[in-house]
Amino acid sequence: MSTYPIVQCKPPRPGVPLIDGIEKVTGRARYTADLAHADALVGRILRSPVSHGEIIRLDVSKARRLEGVVAVVTGDDCPHPYGVLPIAMNEYPLARGRVRYRGEPVAAVAAIDAEIAQRALDLIELEIKELPAYYTSEAARAPDAVLLHDNKLGNIERDVHHQFGDVAQGFATADLVREETFHCAEINHAQIEPHASMSEFDPLTGRLTVQSVSQVGYYLHLMIAQCLEMDSSRIRVIKPFIGGGFGARVEVLNFEIVTALLAKSARGKVLMQLSREETFITHRARPQTDIKLKLGMTKSGRMTACECTVTQRGGAYAGYGIITILYAGALLQGIYDIPAVKYDGYRVYANLPPCGAMRGHGSVDMRHAFECLVDRMARELKLDPFTVRRVNLLKPPTRTLNDLVVNSCGLAECLDKVERASGWRERIGKLPPGKGLGMACSHYVSGAAKTIHRTGEPHAVVNIKLDFDGGVTALTGAADIGQGSSTMVAIAVAETLGISLDRVRVVSADSAVTPKDNGAYSSRITFMVGNAAIDAAKHLKGILVKAAAKKLEAKPEDVECGEEFRVGQARVPFADVVAAALVDEGAITVKGSFTCPEEFQGGKHRGGAVGSTMGFSYAAQVVEVSIDDATDVITVDKVWVALDCGHAINTLAVEGQIQGSVWMGMGQAMCEETRYLEGLPAHASFLEYRMPTIAESPPIEVHIVESHDPFGPFGAKEASEGALAGFPPALVNAIANAIGIDLNELPVTPDRVMDALIQRRRQARLASARKATS
Amino acid sequence: MHAPAQQPKKRLLRLRLNGRWREDAVAEKQMLVDYLREVAHLTGVKTGCDGGECGACTVLVDGEAVPSCITLAVRCEGRHVETVEGLATQVQISKLQQAFHEKLGTQCGFCTPGMIMAAEALLRRNPKPSEKEIRAALAGNLCRCTGYVKIIESVQAAAGQAL
Repeated sequence: MSTYPIVQCKPPRPGVPLIDGIEKVTGRARYTADLAHADALVGRILRSPVSHGEIIRLDVSKARRLEGVVAVVTGDDCPHPYGVLPIAMNEYPLARGRVRYRGEPVAAVAAIDAEIAQRALDLIELEIKELPAYYTSEAARAPDAVLLHDNKLGNIERDVHHQFGDVAQGFATADLVREETFHCAEINHAQIEPHASMSEFDPLTGRLTVQSVSQVGYYLHLMIAQCLEMDSSRIRVIKPFIGGGFGARVEVLNFEIVTALLAKSARGKVLMQLSREETFITHRARPQTDIKLKLGMTKSGRMTACECTVTQRGGAYAGYGIITILYAGALLQGIYDIPAVKYDGYRVYANLPPCGAMRGHGSVDMRHAFECLVDRMARELKLDPFTVRRVNLLKPPTRTLNDLVVNSCGLAECLDKVERASGWRERIGKLPPGKGLGMACSHYVSGAAKTIHRTGEPHAVVNIKLDFDGGVTALTGAADIGQGSSTMVAIAVAETLGISLDRVRVVSADSAVTPKDNGAYSSRITFMVGNAAIDAAKHLKGILVKAAAKKLEAKPEDVECGEEFRVGQARVPFADVVAAALVDEGAITVKGSFTCPEEFQGGKHRGGAVGSTMGFSYAAQVVEVSIDDATDVITVDKVWVALDCGHAINTLAVEGQIQGSVWMGMGQAMCEETRYLEGLPAHASFLEYRMPTIAESPPIEVHIVESHDPFGPFGAKEASEGALAGFPPALVNAIANAIGIDLNELPVTPDRVMDALIQRRRQARLASARKATS
Repeated sequence: MHAPAQQPKKRLLRLRLNGRWREDAVAEKQMLVDYLREVAHLTGVKTGCDGGECGACTVLVDGEAVPSCITLAVRCEGRHVETVEGLATQVQISKLQQAFHEKLGTQCGFCTPGMIMAAEALLRRNPKPSEKEIRAALAGNLCRCTGYVKIIESVQAAAGQAL
């Protein structure tokens, strides 16, 4: 088992297209809804029409009697709660006794076609006694509010209180102390593939096969076994192609379990395709967040203390909430050297669809507030925004106050690159009216160092099979959801063996074939699975080198591995070495693994594991905006971003991930917002939930910084999340630069800009009137 | 027992699909996307929304890009419908497909077939589009992965333009 892989700093290589790219561009790629389903029943879910209430009566008898209906299931069919965190499972796949948000699944049917399934839903009689419902954190926390969950006083799922260093002393030594409040709207992942799941129960063998949109197949596997009371060895979970995740599919989702329940009840195959509206309602995305932030700074820009209170409106169930509220506090650190940090976090229940993990999990809204306030204080101190960041940089290797380990940090180089590329020094303060430049920094973990299920297993396992055909097949449970993780595994294996990339195949995420993997979350795959893949390839290399040495009558240390094995001038083709290695042994299967050692798994304080990682990615970006004088419409003209990903294993994919994450930050910053009217989603279509289209998306110039992390695979760290959180503050800082307005709410819609300008004019008029009268 | 649902009224539809004529009995109210996916088994055509919002279902009808999720199948009587499956021959993928593959114009791939068909319609009527024209032609196709930068580069590469 490898815990400390030998660092091999490879020179940057040109990027390679995705190994499954041809399937995607030809339409051959099969997503869940594309799987053969002519023989499948159609699943449909009946959802709660109210936000909060007790189920008085649920009568499904008429639906059951409808011709063409094969199965009807309700909360009675599954008495087991499920959830992503073992300590916070408070949700049932189908409501039992009580509903807590509008759209919560109450019953489900499987029928021979969609129309009959819909008619069956219409025949279900549901009577609910309404309870008071709460749609804001304040309302839910009111002293007389009805509790959503009986054991959670004040409707608080989790409160966090952390203090590191002497905060009072820190503020006392500051030359400038400022406090501001920020509000960030709830947003959604809005991956383009709507949710879907297919389950097939074979009554003759008692086996269940599940194909679903999950980013973490093994959670789904465990939860289905638990909820269906099945032996997990009788279940197979396969990941088809997945049309995006961004965290939406990290948790097991209610419809996935419901589909399996229906399949078992129907003793057959059921395909459940959720509509876009239902996909929005399933939610699990970034919560509406209120942030109160206080910072202390010396005249030279050194940060002296930070005090932050974060309140997240988490929705009706626990989901990932505890982790999200802990991330917001933990990731205050790990980017700048701050001598004292106090954090108070409140995760609040409300009668809305549950929030969960979304790209940049927990850190984005907090980082937005932080980078905005730092900029404003720099302005007040007449310091350049770049200077303020530079004087506070961490010097790796180091350990933060909250016990996060920073092994590598290329943020200084990121700052240099975007400062130069954007022409910052020459242009700042000299732009025409209505134009502005803003910048911000951000960071993110390369995999959570502590796993959710503490089973004692390695954090990643990869198997490699090599047989008579000379094909090298890497088997990984890691879910490729479009980020290119299977391609990364192929490159890691090919580079380690020195062989051609086409010789490597990757089979991913099929529980019957591939080793368990903790899944696509917290940007863990490159770091952890990449290291495990290298470890496995090294084992295979050892076997092949030994066989080649024997064949060439040389010492193993003199053998060079590759498409041709070489010792001096002597060469043996790969196929001959494989044939030699198979003698007496037969087909070769090797295993590689990776584990984050205990020392990297965070502090001993309560919640101290969250935020811990072996490698932080770092990013800096500059945003250039134009604001239309007449309409206050904001246009992003260009973004320059630099990200320290340690080493770019696949330059092309790294660029794509950085552009995608910056752009997703842009959506959150400028237009994305979920809105509810008395719990009814008013945003649940792509027309209402506005994302930037290609027409308004700016050029995003990417600079890759390689700090060569001592523990990352070939020195690599994550590249998919770190740059996201920098966009919203860089935009807001650019708007301040352009028109002198500081905005504290996201998204920064033209309406909000206009309101702020009207407010400013009004204040100016008042001030001049006062001046005149005095 | 409740009575079974009334069978929808069907009509014989004759159209040219990816170059080949075919006939099928289709319900009058069936959308083109459902006909293509469920009857013709061309699952490269995707459904990403509840109707006309995302462009994932974009196909060509007589060379024009249309969202197949809000187009009735029977409206295609006698017309030529092309899907992403029709772009590649057995031995070669199209220039656009190659460019989307090589330039990483596709990440998760779900919007890709629709995106490529919208771009195909553009390049057929305008083989050398400006960046602005590319943006205008693809404005109805949503992608959540790429930030669109590499999609624009892919279309430019397919059009033989230096990046």
